[in-house]
Amino acid sequence: MNPKEEKVKIIAEEFTENEEDAAVGRRKKKVQRQQRKKQPPTAGPEEMVSENPHLGPQQEPGQEEPKTHLLSTTARRGPRSLPPIPSASRTGFAEFSMRERMREKLQAARSKAESALLQEIPTPRPRRLRSPSERESETEFGTEPGKEVRRTQQEDDSQNYSKVKFHDSARKIKSKPQVPPGFPSPEEAYNFFTFNFDPEPEEERSEEEKAGAKTRGGADQEAVSPGQQDEEELLDGREAEDLLLGLEHMADDFVAIRPAEYESVHRWLQKEKEMLFVPSRLTVPTYKKLPENVQPRFLEDEGLYIGARPEVARTTGNIMENRLLVQEPERGWFGDDGRILALPSPIKPFPSRPPVLPPGQSTAAELETLYKKAVKYVHRSQHMIGSGDPSGNFQVDIDISGLIFTHHPCFSREHVLAAKLAQLYDQYLARHQRNKAKFLTDKLHALRNAVQTGLNPEKPQQSLETTQKTIKEYKAEIWQTRRLRDAEQEKDRTLLKTIIKVWKEMKSLREFQRFTNTPLKLVLRKEKVDQKADEEAFEAEIQAEISELLEEHREEYEQKMEEYRAAHQQWKAWKRAQRARKKKKKHAAEEPPDEETEEAPPEEDPGKPVPPEPTDRAVLEQQVRERAAQSRRRPGEPTLVPELSLAGSVTPNDQCPRVEVLRREDVRRRSVYLKVLFNNKEVSRTVSRQLGADFRVHFGQIFNLQIFNWPESLTLQVYETVGHSSATLLAEVFLPIPETTVVTGRAPIEEVEFSSNQHVTLDHEGVGSGVPFSFEADGSNQLILMTSGKVSHSVAWAIGENGIPLIPPLSQQNIGFRSALKRADAISSIGTSGLADMKKLAKWATESKLDPNDPNNAPLMQLISVATSGESYVPDFFRLEQLQQEFNFVSDEELNRSKRFRLLQLRNQEVPEFRNYKQIPVYDREIMEKVFQDYEKRLRDRNVIETKDHIDTHRATVAKYLQQVRESVINRFLIAKHHFLLTDLVVEEEVPNISSEGSGILGLSLFKLAEQKRPLRPRRKGRKKVTAQSLSDGDVKLLVNIIRAYDIPVRTPTPSKFQQPSRTSRTFVEKHAASPSTHSPTHSADYPLGQVLVRPFVEVSFQRTICHTTTAEGPNPSWNEELELPFRAPNGDYSTASLQSVKDDVFINIFDEVLYDVLEDDRERGRGIHTRIERHWLGCVKIPFSTIYFQSRIDGTFKIDIPPVLLGYSKERSMMIERGFDSVRSLSEGSYITLFITMEPQLVPGESVREKMSVMLKKFDSQEDEKLLQAAEKFQAECALKFPNRQCLTTVTDISGKTVFITRYLRPLNPPEELLTVYPSNPQATAELVARYVSLIPFLPDTVSFAGICDLWSTSDQFLDLLAGDEEEHAVLLCNYFLSLGKKAWLVMGSAIPEGATAYVLTWEQNHYLIWNPCSGHFYGQFDTFCPLKSVGCLIGPDNVWFNIQQYDSPLRINFDVTKPKLWKSFFSRSLPYPGLSSVQPEELIYQCTDKAAAAELQDRIEKILKEKIMDWRPRHLTRWNRYCTSTLRHFLPLLERSQGEDVEDDHRAELLKQLGDYRFSGFPLHMAYSEVKPLIEAVYSTGVHNIDVPNVEFALAVYIHPYPKNVLSVWIYVASLIRSR
Amino acid sequence: MAAASPSVFLLMVNGQVESAQFPEYDDLYCKYCFVYGQDWAPTAGLEEGISQITCKSQDVRQALVWLPIDVTFKSTNPFGWPQMVLSVYGPDVFGNDVVRGYGAVHVPFSPGRYRKTIPMFVPESTSKLQKFTSWFMGRRPEYTDPKVVAQGEGREVTRVRSQGFVTVVFNVVTKDMRKLGYDTGPTDTQATWGTSPAQGLPH
Repeated sequence: MNPKEEKVKIIAEEFTENEEDAAVGRRKKKVQRQQRKKQPPTAGPEEMVSENPHLGPQQEPGQEEPKTHLLSTTARRGPRSLPPIPSASRTGFAEFSMRERMREKLQAARSKAESALLQEIPTPRPRRLRSPSERESETEFGTEPGKEVRRTQQEDDSQNYSKVKFHDSARKIKSKPQVPPGFPSPEEAYNFFTFNFDPEPEEERSEEEKAGAKTRGGADQEAVSPGQQDEEELLDGREAEDLLLGLEHMADDFVAIRPAEYESVHRWLQKEKEMLFVPSRLTVPTYKKLPENVQPRFLEDEGLYIGARPEVARTTGNIMENRLLVQEPERGWFGDDGRILALPSPIKPFPSRPPVLPPGQSTAAELETLYKKAVKYVHRSQHMIGSGDPSGNFQVDIDISGLIFTHHPCFSREHVLAAKLAQLYDQYLARHQRNKAKFLTDKLHALRNAVQTGLNPEKPQQSLETTQKTIKEYKAEIWQTRRLRDAEQEKDRTLLKTIIKVWKEMKSLREFQRFTNTPLKLVLRKEKVDQKADEEAFEAEIQAEISELLEEHREEYEQKMEEYRAAHQQWKAWKRAQRARKKKKKHAAEEPPDEETEEAPPEEDPGKPVPPEPTDRAVLEQQVRERAAQSRRRPGEPTLVPELSLAGSVTPNDQCPRVEVLRREDVRRRSVYLKVLFNNKEVSRTVSRQLGADFRVHFGQIFNLQIFNWPESLTLQVYETVGHSSATLLAEVFLPIPETTVVTGRAPIEEVEFSSNQHVTLDHEGVGSGVPFSFEADGSNQLILMTSGKVSHSVAWAIGENGIPLIPPLSQQNIGFRSALKRADAISSIGTSGLADMKKLAKWATESKLDPNDPNNAPLMQLISVATSGESYVPDFFRLEQLQQEFNFVSDEELNRSKRFRLLQLRNQEVPEFRNYKQIPVYDREIMEKVFQDYEKRLRDRNVIETKDHIDTHRATVAKYLQQVRESVINRFLIAKHHFLLTDLVVEEEVPNISSEGSGILGLSLFKLAEQKRPLRPRRKGRKKVTAQSLSDGDVKLLVNIIRAYDIPVRTPTPSKFQQPSRTSRTFVEKHAASPSTHSPTHSADYPLGQVLVRPFVEVSFQRTICHTTTAEGPNPSWNEELELPFRAPNGDYSTASLQSVKDDVFINIFDEVLYDVLEDDRERGRGIHTRIERHWLGCVKIPFSTIYFQSRIDGTFKIDIPPVLLGYSKERSMMIERGFDSVRSLSEGSYITLFITMEPQLVPGESVREKMSVMLKKFDSQEDEKLLQAAEKFQAECALKFPNRQCLTTVTDISGKTVFITRYLRPLNPPEELLTVYPSNPQATAELVARYVSLIPFLPDTVSFAGICDLWSTSDQFLDLLAGDEEEHAVLLCNYFLSLGKKAWLVMGSAIPEGATAYVLTWEQNHYLIWNPCSGHFYGQFDTFCPLKSVGCLIGPDNVWFNIQQYDSPLRINFDVTKPKLWKSFFSRSLPYPGLSSVQPEELIYQCTDKAAAAELQDRIEKILKEKIMDWRPRHLTRWNRYCTSTLRHFLPLLERSQGEDVEDDHRAELLKQLGDYRFSGFPLHMAYSEVKPLIEAVYSTGVHNIDVPNVEFALAVYIHPYPKNVLSVWIYVASLIRSR
Repeated sequence: MAAASPSVFLLMVNGQVESAQFPEYDDLYCKYCFVYGQDWAPTAGLEEGISQITCKSQDVRQALVWLPIDVTFKSTNPFGWPQMVLSVYGPDVFGNDVVRGYGAVHVPFSPGRYRKTIPMFVPESTSKLQKFTSWFMGRRPEYTDPKVVAQGEGREVTRVRSQGFVTVVFNVVTKDMRKLGYDTGPTDTQATWGTSPAQGLPH
């Protein structure tokens, strides 16, 4: 048979034993059933619980069978059968014959079927409609008893539940044997096979087999089988119907129909009662489980470890216990504690099997373990210790040994008393240990002795007084001590009394309630005393006291007597006086008696003093004795020593009343655990321990806390759980942090009290907490107790393996900790507070011979040992990279000392001098000291104003300031330089873009694939741009294409004076050149073929490399030559930033090549040519390299900078007029040269950096309105969309890096007064003068000063202070001046050649526009073809910005009328009106007059420097200076300045001729703005004056500096060479 | 005497670029060059090389390059230790030479024989369209300089895709490293050389 079945049967037996319960249960179930019928069918666990019971009664009719079945099984089981089963049934079984039984069975089946049919009628409808899910859940319910058990535990009304369960189980048992009606028992089966039978059972069998298979089949089937007996359920299933049909069939065929048999319920019950044993679910009292007279012994309480018992529902446990008690009475199943023996629960709290994976996933991936390194948690408030990083972990051991409740809500009254008693007893013990009374008594004796010896006159007396005094003191002491002793003794006595009283109360309570709850037992031990001795001692004591008191009293009395006597004397004197007065009065008249007179002046009468009474000894004695009786043990009375023991026995549960049992149950349900919190974080918790009956919980756990940080707090939280509810926090216990001396093993167990303020009221004997209760019957004398208790623990530092305590160093403690305070105290207590230096402290400690073993000094000593060992020290700084120190492989000093390291560091910092230093030597000795010299010099010079280059101090300061600004800006953007863009790294084709020009169009480039490799008509292709980083010296070349020049000055005929001496040396060229000039210019038409008036060539010098073209002829030469100049970046650094800061200029000088015949002898003319080539400088064009770099090519016609006076040359004005260029050139006379300059390969300008900067700069804060900025951005975006090439500016960056709206820069500003007074009536001349003034301010491009980082706009006053700026500053200043002069002026942002993007100034004169170049001071008409301004992007006025939206941007072709919105898009319009922005410019400019003396001095110095330079440049020749000429020139220069270099040529020439008639003179004045000396030198060098190597050449050099206000200096340098003509 | 206090140490590298594993491409050739810090200087040998065009054979399935390397460096400072930068090129479907991979590897520090397999990668186009056009026009994105693969700076702006592997064999010999205080491992030939005279000295 199925083993499962058997098991079920056993359970059934258990149940049936308890018949009573079953009966009760059944009754209840009926009620339930009725209720159930009314209820709608809702599924759910509760529902099922209530649902199951109703099955029971319905099965009852079929109960017959299980009975027989049971009988059979019990018989077979033999030894395991239960004794109480009635034997009658067994014997009955034996007598049954097979046939009878068969019949009976069939009958039963039939009757069951019938009853089922009958029952079907009252079956309520909802039942049938049970959903399959419900049934399924029911199945689960049946098959998973574990689950059920759990539910049971939660069930409060366990009783009711158990009944439910009973029936559930009962149903199961019954169901099994019944499955098909007439299911055979094993015996039947046996019979069936052994006997010959009718064929009918065979069919049954087939049925049975089917069902059997099903039962075995699985859980589903099991659910069905119980259903088979519930007819209403059967109707649901198909199989069920089959079965029913089969049954009917059976019934029809083989069974005679009989009326239903009915057996009354009572009979049934009776039978069940006889046969079934149902164990009780009630708790078995402990005494039953234990041998007679044995107290339960709780091993756990004795400190032994008991593992966690497996979790068993209490009812289940109870049932098991009950059953075991009956089944095996020898109690082998029970342990000493009265519980069933159990091994610790083997069930792990977590599943150990890997989770079931969905089939798709690979198991390996899921099971793969990831290693994660443990991360140290560092407390944020903890500073890391520099070098002495805590070498290991620190450990605190917290030993929590247990917990005692001094009050608990579950305390019974007796417990309250017991606690009180225990407390008192503790107090008693403590007092007893101290035994203060005894101590005081001894002291008293000693004092008395001392007094007595002191009084002893035999002793040699030093002085009577001192003895007297000491005795007096002693006596006072005695008195004091006695009082104390008495108080102590009284206290002792009262304590004892209270103990006894409480004990008595307790006893009475125990008697009253007739049970004992606590094992507390007080034994009063009487210590026998020697009656006599005791009495004597007592008496002696009393006597001593009396005598002392007497003495005291006597003294007091005497004192009083003394007082009395004094008072009495006084009184007497007074009386006498009275009497005398009276006598006088008596003489006058008869007097009343004395008394009356005495009373007459009562206020004066001091009253007759009453003499003090002497103390009565008897009274005193009486008093003393009384007191002694009160406070002291009576003589002869035995000393009572209370002894509290736990020997008492507690009344077992079953002898207690119900309320008490409830209380005990409640206590048992409670368990307590502690959480350990370290620095307010839970680190561990104890196991949850049941609350013992004595309200002690033993934990005995030691927690080893591995810590990193100094403990700030250690907290224990006491949690209590009641039953299975969640834990409640009872109280928090704060543990003190142990002293550093306290290490494990030495720490004493300490008790810390805690209390909770929770209010608990209980419905049993427990007194509750926070609730008033009373011991008295009438409820008076109420007490309110709060839950409180004590935790016994010990906290100590652990000891490491090598015996070192694992204590974090003291220095790690934060200030503010208690221990830290203590530490401070430790130092200050020795009187050395404020000692911060640990080394000093250590020194002091050794010097002062501090006892290191004194525990008081322990913290100090540890502090010192830690500090001096160097393990750690308190840094007085905050370290950002605290690990840096560990990575330092040498100390900083060594690093600084080492030249090599220094070099490496400097190179790493990209200090310009060392940026490209290669092969730093291995050894210091190999590094020359001079390597650093330059660098150090530079560093030094940063602070020293260099006066060598900047002769003028103001400029030196400015230069220094500029240098500093530059450095700071460069440093700020050094990081940005290391940011790379994709284009820096990856070469990638542009995004094919239809709109972009050139190769952009996709189709076009596709088309290109098909085009020929070498087309016949090649088209220009864009060159490949090269990023600067991969370049080296020699890779980059500067290509200068000199195409042609216009209007070169031509030689003028040498005057007669000159001609004569040069007659012999006249060259062919000169002849021709001279001839037209000798005639009037109109005659030049006579030489239409263009006689050689001048033979110009161009020399390009760049970085001291010089290239020149071939010599062309005539004033309009065409060279069309390409010159190639190598480019060297500074320090070989081809990075973008470095290239941007190249300050070199490209000088394009135009020279006239003059040939002189040096032939001495005419006779040799035929045989050889002896000519000397002289070159005369005509002019130059200067183009900064930065412009070329940023423009990448420069293409155009430039005005040649020709000196105002060019001796020997003149312009062919007339020719131009004749040739009809007049209209074009009238306004801009001068010479021009057409150039094309570029670089090979094309370098990528630092645009990327610029873009990055602009993005970065936008992040700088701005004081502008947010809306305005947004509008500006929008405006710019719109403009850029329409005309991406046109410059549009709305916001600029000021010198402090803030974004400023551009119009704020424009504001009328006063030009220097000096300039205005020159031409008061001529505004045009004034304007020119002003423009000249502006142009004299040196030009310094921002790209140079700020290395291409950004364009910073300085205000005009800043500009004038700095005396350096680029186009914008010049233009702004000029525009402001013009505005102040009352002109209409605008700032023009556009592009010009050669500057590129630049700023010009536009003014509206009466009927035309003028365009001013602010850097040169030149102005151009709008239609001037030679105007360098080539395109106009936008105009900026003081109150608006206009963007050019015309088709063209050339100033020639556009209309400057900004009022036309179709042509100019204005920023401020009707939609966005001008908000009236205040200007960033100052109100007015203040001009200081330049120091003329300083200027003169500067002038001299420059002259000197230049002379020296010229001599330097001529190393192989003697340089002679013609002083006479120099002085002449010096006089001439101021004239030039006055006339601004115009219209002086003729006069000058005449004068020179007059003075220097004998010399052939070639020279010119150079005019420059002064910034530094270096440009002046460069300019002089570029003229090549020094190149003349005629032996008898003389030189003249004059410098004139004209000072303008604000240190603006105009420098004139006249340099000339003179050749004495013979 | 020079050996007594050397002022530079020497690093000799020889070996070969052995093979290239680019499963998809054929007809590859390989360039190598060395990138080294400012304190380094080549003293002998070639610091750049370019291989022949190699075709994959049917059975080996990888292009065998066998391009010998032989270069000697001297230096005063291990900072900027030489790196070998490799770049592999090959024709695309249209016959344009395009880059097939960049890769870099440090020359091994300690003496010995090493076989290094260097993963190769190429920069990716910034957009799909560009990818298409670059493929179509045969102008794939390239590094401005192959040497950028040896530097860490600025790499964050690029996107790369891995391509294949190149195997390089290095034979490394160092001289005077230990004397200058650089201990690169137990196999330094200088170590054995340096200790041997000490053994002979009487104690």
